Amino acid sequence: MTDKENTQTKTTALYPEHKRLDAKIVDFAGWSMPMQYSGILDEVRAVRSNAGLFDISHMGEIRVNGPDAIPFCNYLLTNNIETMKFGEVCYTMLCNNQGGVIDDLLAYKIRKDEILLVVNASNASKCFAWIQSQTQGFVVHVEDASNAFAQIALQGPNSQSLLESVSGVELEAIDFYSFAIGRINGIECIVSRTGYTGEDGFEFYLHPDAAKPLWRKLIELGAKPAGLGARDLLRFEACYMLYGHELDEQTTPLEAGLSWTVDLAKPFIGHSALKQQKEEGVSKRLKGLQTLEKGGIPRQGNPVIVKGKKVGHVTSGNQSPSVGENLAMSYLPKDIKIGAEVDISIRENKTVPAKVIKMPFYRGSVRTKKKSP
Amino acid sequence: MKKYTQSHEWVELAGTRATIGISNHAQEELGDVVYVDLPEVGKKAKKGQVICSIESVKAASDIYTPVDGEVAEINTLLDSSPETINQDAEGEGWIIRLEGVQSEQLEGLMDQDAYLKMIQE
Repeated sequence: MTDKENTQTKTTALYPEHKRLDAKIVDFAGWSMPMQYSGILDEVRAVRSNAGLFDISHMGEIRVNGPDAIPFCNYLLTNNIETMKFGEVCYTMLCNNQGGVIDDLLAYKIRKDEILLVVNASNASKCFAWIQSQTQGFVVHVEDASNAFAQIALQGPNSQSLLESVSGVELEAIDFYSFAIGRINGIECIVSRTGYTGEDGFEFYLHPDAAKPLWRKLIELGAKPAGLGARDLLRFEACYMLYGHELDEQTTPLEAGLSWTVDLAKPFIGHSALKQQKEEGVSKRLKGLQTLEKGGIPRQGNPVIVKGKKVGHVTSGNQSPSVGENLAMSYLPKDIKIGAEVDISIRENKTVPAKVIKMPFYRGSVRTKKKSP
Repeated sequence: MKKYTQSHEWVELAGTRATIGISNHAQEELGDVVYVDLPEVGKKAKKGQVICSIESVKAASDIYTPVDGEVAEINTLLDSSPETINQDAEGEGWIIRLEGVQSEQLEGLMDQDAYLKMIQE
């Protein structure tokens, strides 16, 4: 690829559909993506009450093949990939040697010799380069498979009932964070019960040429197209991390409250730094905030102040339509606990009081993982 | 007759009283408006300065007063129904009314044709 091609915005296989639906298009991580169709709040409501449809084909896919696929991924990622079952998905961290997060991603355990990693669009080339640079001593082949897949998410409490009539796979048998490979509307897909909204739902990985008929079929069945604006608000209400906001290479999974993704009982890149941090204790931790007065919405970058002193900044903030409050997330010193009061500097000359509250802010129809017998 | 600013406010003068809001184009760009930080009645407004701000689910944006004057009325409907700006930005969704506005203050602002031409470029 030449430098010139690198600077052009990429489009997904569904781009003509977005134009046809008159979506507002924005540049996101080098991709021309739909920000909204009918309106962000309308789309959020549809996902919370029925079902919404997202084109997330901008996400990167990296295929790790070869006899060492499992041990290699186990060395790269914070979760234990060895003990995962085939057909399971895990939300996991790719860390650097300091324990900072290179990316937060999904790992699909497909076969003994194949793991599929789904990475953020903004980090796709960085992840691919990092993963390739770590292969020494492992018999693996790492392939950037991003162009081989379109990705569609169907999210909302009615996702499963809506999908039933066109599903060739038994949907109820797909546990939370598991997947099946089969036909949906006659189209071969990987179907997982995963998502980024706090609602029950599925994500489909399929050949880009097959994206349009599936997209149209799901709309016909009653799913409402939803854009990146709704996706961000939904994930914010559910307190899911957004890379570049809650996560970056200077932040560790322990600080982000993601210690459940970290298995310190096995070696992996960043292990010693995270083990040390766990022993010494984190100095800052991601917290939820709710403003105590109407009068301005916290936004990313707003300083969080205690007794006149800046103690952190907002990583994400918005007015939550599902909760009806102005909410924010922020890394704060460990001793600032739930119920504590802080101030958020919303603008110059404008400060609003807020209190630390429990996360997630909102819990929708999202399932929990069934415990293995 | 409405006049428009480069920062997408509109102003309409009746006598010495000016009604101010944001353009329909601006509301489309902002998306769902969820909060308007209205100024106090009596506040002095100085042309080109921030008079209040509007929050949408996407971002906050400052509103600049296109003319000098004093805040005489605020559209309190926006407290309970900020989405009025999305529904009718250049009518029911007005934001403030200023008193003591001189007509020469409108000089240099765009008429609707010039404004529509600017946003198409």
